[in-house]
Amino acid sequence: MISVQQLPSLERYAYDMAHLIGAVILMMSFGLLYQRRMTAVIRTYSFQAMVLALAAAWQAFVQEAPHLYVSALIALLFKGVAVPFALDWLVRRLGIHRTVETALGIGPTMIAGVALVALSIVLVLPVTASAAAMTRENLALAMSVVLLGLLMMITRRNAVTQVVGFMSLENGLILAAVGAKGMPLVVEISVAFSVLVAMALFGIFFFRIRERFDSLDVAYLETFRGERR
Amino acid sequence: MIIGSALAGLLLLGLCAILLHRLTRVHELIYAGCLVATVVLVGDGLWHIVQSGHEEVPSVVLPFGLPWLHAHFRLDSLSAFFLVAINFPAALASLFGIGYGGHVPHPGRVTPLFPLFLFGMNGVLIADDAFVFLVSWEFMSLSSWLLVLSDHTNEEARKAAMVYLVMAVFGTFCLLPAFGLLAGSGGAYTFAAMRAAHLPALAGSLVVLLALLGTGSKAGLVPLHVWLPLAHPAAPSHVSALMSGVMTKVAIYGLIRILYDLRGDVGWQWGFVLMVVGAVSAAMGVLYALMQRDLKTLLAYSTVENVGIIFIALGLALAFRDHGELALSALSLVAALYHVVNHALFKTLLFLGAGAILQATGERNLDRLGGLLNRMPITGFTFLIGACAISALPPLNGFVSEWLVFQSLFKGPTVAHWAMRFGVPVVGVAMALAAAFAATCFVRAFGIAFLGRPRTPEARHAREVPLSMQVAMAVPAFFCLCLGVFPVTVTSGIATAVEPLVRVKLPAAMLGWPWLSPVSLTAGSYSATMVLLTGAALMVTTLLVVHHFGTRKIRRFPLWDCGHPEDIVNAQYSADSFAQPLRRVFGSVVFRAREEVEMPPPGEMVPARFSVTMIDPVWTGLYLRIVRIVDAIADRVNVLQFLTVRRYLLMMFLTLVLLLLVVAVRQQ
Repeated sequence: MISVQQLPSLERYAYDMAHLIGAVILMMSFGLLYQRRMTAVIRTYSFQAMVLALAAAWQAFVQEAPHLYVSALIALLFKGVAVPFALDWLVRRLGIHRTVETALGIGPTMIAGVALVALSIVLVLPVTASAAAMTRENLALAMSVVLLGLLMMITRRNAVTQVVGFMSLENGLILAAVGAKGMPLVVEISVAFSVLVAMALFGIFFFRIRERFDSLDVAYLETFRGERR
Repeated sequence: MIIGSALAGLLLLGLCAILLHRLTRVHELIYAGCLVATVVLVGDGLWHIVQSGHEEVPSVVLPFGLPWLHAHFRLDSLSAFFLVAINFPAALASLFGIGYGGHVPHPGRVTPLFPLFLFGMNGVLIADDAFVFLVSWEFMSLSSWLLVLSDHTNEEARKAAMVYLVMAVFGTFCLLPAFGLLAGSGGAYTFAAMRAAHLPALAGSLVVLLALLGTGSKAGLVPLHVWLPLAHPAAPSHVSALMSGVMTKVAIYGLIRILYDLRGDVGWQWGFVLMVVGAVSAAMGVLYALMQRDLKTLLAYSTVENVGIIFIALGLALAFRDHGELALSALSLVAALYHVVNHALFKTLLFLGAGAILQATGERNLDRLGGLLNRMPITGFTFLIGACAISALPPLNGFVSEWLVFQSLFKGPTVAHWAMRFGVPVVGVAMALAAAFAATCFVRAFGIAFLGRPRTPEARHAREVPLSMQVAMAVPAFFCLCLGVFPVTVTSGIATAVEPLVRVKLPAAMLGWPWLSPVSLTAGSYSATMVLLTGAALMVTTLLVVHHFGTRKIRRFPLWDCGHPEDIVNAQYSADSFAQPLRRVFGSVVFRAREEVEMPPPGEMVPARFSVTMIDPVWTGLYLRIVRIVDAIADRVNVLQFLTVRRYLLMMFLTLVLLLLVVAVRQQ
């Protein structure tokens, strides 16, 4: 197996490359916040997952940890292909509105997102002062992705976009996990499977809501529970 | 080693009782086993007091418990003393249970828990680290809670168990941070480490306060006593005897362990607080007891009074010790522990007596008893001795300990501070009042239940209880007399036990063996032996004089009928009418007691009705208010249950961001 040590010319790019990939993932998170069309949201998510797979592969290469290649493969197949495909199918099958319904406008959401990224950088960099540079930057980026995923969940009305927010949040977690040395593969696999289970549950959930209310706007759930009349 | 095997035996008995519950006579076997185990524990405690005295005992470390903290056990002289004080009544209750255990409403729910309850209490005594202490404490609380709940079909028992559970949780909730503060940030949970540690002033005061609340709620201090008169009577009588006579003593052990041993230097102010709280408990407890119609509730309230007296002595001991009066401190502590033993004895005796009455008549209400002395002579006689002892009549044991408490109370002004100088007389008056009320209370209890004529058919057809139960009542009655007649032997034994705590041995026998003169040669001395001998001599002399010089002529007169020429049993004094004078004088202020007479209009044939209404000031004034506040908060917070999914997410998100901001700002 090839490793960085055998290709010394690549060694000095190890940090830059990891940083670049992480930044692309973060950009994709912003992209998720920015998209106004459902299909574009799913595509962006798919792209983010693929970049995540690339990040895992790069870390596997740099850290000489072959089990991370497995992680990369899981990310690529499950998150990059299977989940977007399933979501796409759901959207088409259920005939959902193709536009994203927002609770907070796109502009303010972007501003809040930038503030969250700033917060996580301010937070993470001093805490991890003693850690290796690669871990530090990676951790800040991963935390930003997590927070942006959460932000997406609360600023979108449609259940599908909320699920995409949740999946993107989980991408952030994986990004943090692959950056840290010595994270066992079992953890990642179990996280990946739990996400898959969650996906299945959400799918069933969508069908049920849809059957009942002819819409996936979660506001109908509130009416159903009797809080909004 | 012996203790360990006895405790393991108790655990095993609990297990056996569950496995063998189908066997018909299994409860007799289990109670007999408990009797053996507790007798062994009493013997071991006594041997320890007599033999090893005050030499340093190493801690026994067993490899279980928390992973980083093995279980520590140690038997020092204080533990040994309480081991005797607790297991002797427990042995009597077990003996009583052999005859009584099969007659309780749900024997299968009582028998397995009885040995476990004993196990928990003994575990508290020999614990040498906070973890074992608290686990045993909770073991004791939960097993006794289940015992209270044993008659689960009874609505009142369920309510009592609920209140008890809440108060038990509150107590442990207070003890947990107290031990946490004692252990410090290093987490040194062994008692040896806590003794060595030095606490800052604020944390030290907090420890004392929390320990007082935690153990006080278990011991039944006013205003934390509300569960006690509900829960103690709800359990089967031999368990009530354990809860009232023994479990409150375990709580007092906990307080002594924390205040005198683990936390070395407690200020006299806390002694003052303990003293005042004790005085309030003593006066209020007995006033409550005086108003009760239910015999077991009456006994439970009387426990509140006696715990109050013990706390007065404990508070005095703290105040004396802080002022360097070590001899007086030892005297107060000896008085407190003497009363611990005495109360454990006669309260067990009285509760067992109440159990015997309950088994014979099925009644606890005083107004439905009467005339039992002829029908149950042994029960009646032993109950009388218990009643005399708890009313502090010489030559019985209650007098000696209360007299010792008074002796130390009179020395209270030695602590030169205006609070003590003014506080001591007030506390003394409250305690004297409590002593007088206690006498009234037990004259009423004994008189209404055992004297007069039976008020119901159940009382008329009462039969004496089986022999094992009679023995279980006769033994403590005998010891009440012994502890009263040979006080010096007892005080010197207790003085040995408390010597490590107060660093001085009480010079008890100044005037030679039968004379107890704790303070000085001239200030006050008492010899029950002499009182007894003098009383006997006077009786014999009177008898001789009457026989020799009295007339032998036979005279015939109509018998005095006590003012009841007709045979109407309801014309006798009832429990309520006996208490009426005191109810009018004190109850109208404290309990807002109102008497109402409902006269029928002229010409109607319906009977007139007399009713008394009373309000419990602690329950309505404190607890109902707390309940109302909790309800109001719950109503406000209830909104949170009906938010939308997005709002929940938003709240989580904002909380997360806020916490992250706090971290970010604090880093700068």
